[in-house]
Amino acid sequence: MLEGKRILVTGVLTNDSIAWHTARVAQEQGAEVVLTGFGRGMSLTQRSAKRLPTEAEVHELDINDAGHMDALVAALDKKWGGLDGALHAIAFAPPDALGGEFLNTPAESAATAFLTSAFSYKTLTVGLRPLFLKSGGGAMVGLDFDNSVAWPGYDWMGVSKSALQSVNRYLARYLGEENIRINLVSAGPLGTVAAKSIPGFTQYENLWAVRAPLGWDPHNPDPVAKMACVLMSDFALATSGEIVHVDGGFHGNAAGRHEGLDA
Amino acid sequence: MDRNDIESKMKELLVEELGLDEDKITMSATFEEDLEIDSLGVVELLMALEDNFGVQIPDEEAESLVTVGEAVDLVEKKLNA
Ligand SMILES: NC(=O)c1ccc[n+]([C@@H]2O[C@H](COP(=O)([O-])OP(=O)(O)OC[C@H]3O[C@@H](n4cnc5c(N)ncnc54)[C@H](O)[C@@H]3O)[C@@H](O)[C@H]2O)c1
Repeated sequence: MLEGKRILVTGVLTNDSIAWHTARVAQEQGAEVVLTGFGRGMSLTQRSAKRLPTEAEVHELDINDAGHMDALVAALDKKWGGLDGALHAIAFAPPDALGGEFLNTPAESAATAFLTSAFSYKTLTVGLRPLFLKSGGGAMVGLDFDNSVAWPGYDWMGVSKSALQSVNRYLARYLGEENIRINLVSAGPLGTVAAKSIPGFTQYENLWAVRAPLGWDPHNPDPVAKMACVLMSDFALATSGEIVHVDGGFHGNAAGRHEGLDA
Repeated sequence: MDRNDIESKMKELLVEELGLDEDKITMSATFEEDLEIDSLGVVELLMALEDNFGVQIPDEEAESLVTVGEAVDLVEKKLNA
């Protein structure tokens, strides 16, 4: 499905990361993959890179560091002379922006969450744009958690995800004429390092267990990774500004069939 | 691999791959307090154990690890399983 595609995958921390699984599926589907890691997690990214079907090259990318972005683009240009797809799997919110502190979160913490988790989709996309232009277009995929309703404890990370949905639509609007497609996969809860840092997030799993019509395995990122790959492939050529839910069907239901409300 | 081999390999990886202070590593040393490993450090430790000993350590089993000696016990158990 991705034969001959050159794909950049950000946000690989461990081999539980959604990004790691996306890189794995992309390789299995014939793509060439380069990874990025961040700061303190770089040594983990290096380790995870070795666990892929084919060991992948790793670059450092703090999405808020313009120097990293320039160096990455230069390296990809030298290696590939273009780019066909990229996964944005980057999110961060300070502890005081999460876990029920919504009413007391200082503006700087909310702004940090927005900058790293939503604005960063613009930063990455615009940074990679020259490479996409050289390839006659490309596909960006980001990772959303559906915040169209409020969640316990998700707080300013949730607000940032709502912003990300909007960033997704504006990027699609401005870059469509360059044949750059912009989409999000909205995932159900998965047991990653990021998820464990959100107080109470693991309890969402219990909600998914009773409410998702298809059921949901929080230890299996494979369906999310596969959809991210579909959106980067030539099977999604007329899709942009879209949010595809890979959540076991959860988002369409206010209560599960076995929550005691069905006749 | 006998227990002595596991212990010495464990010390080696803690020093060389996780950059811990060799003098502080004893079997009773605790990862979080004595060796000052943070949460990402714990994740890295588990991956390093898996890479070096060729074992698989599920999260549930990893959560109970407090000391270096317990990590040696776990690896020994896995290798003999
Ligand atoms: N795990 C879930 O339940 C879930 C559900 C829906 C959406 N998501 C989203 O998926 C994406 C990936 O998260 P994950 O769950 O795989 O966890 P993860 O912890 O494996 O990945 C989060 C990544 O963000 C990176 N990051 C943080 N700050 C950064 C910065 N300044 N520059 C560059 N990278 C930075 C980290 O290095 C890490 O690789 C995130 O956007 C997350 O919100 C996760």
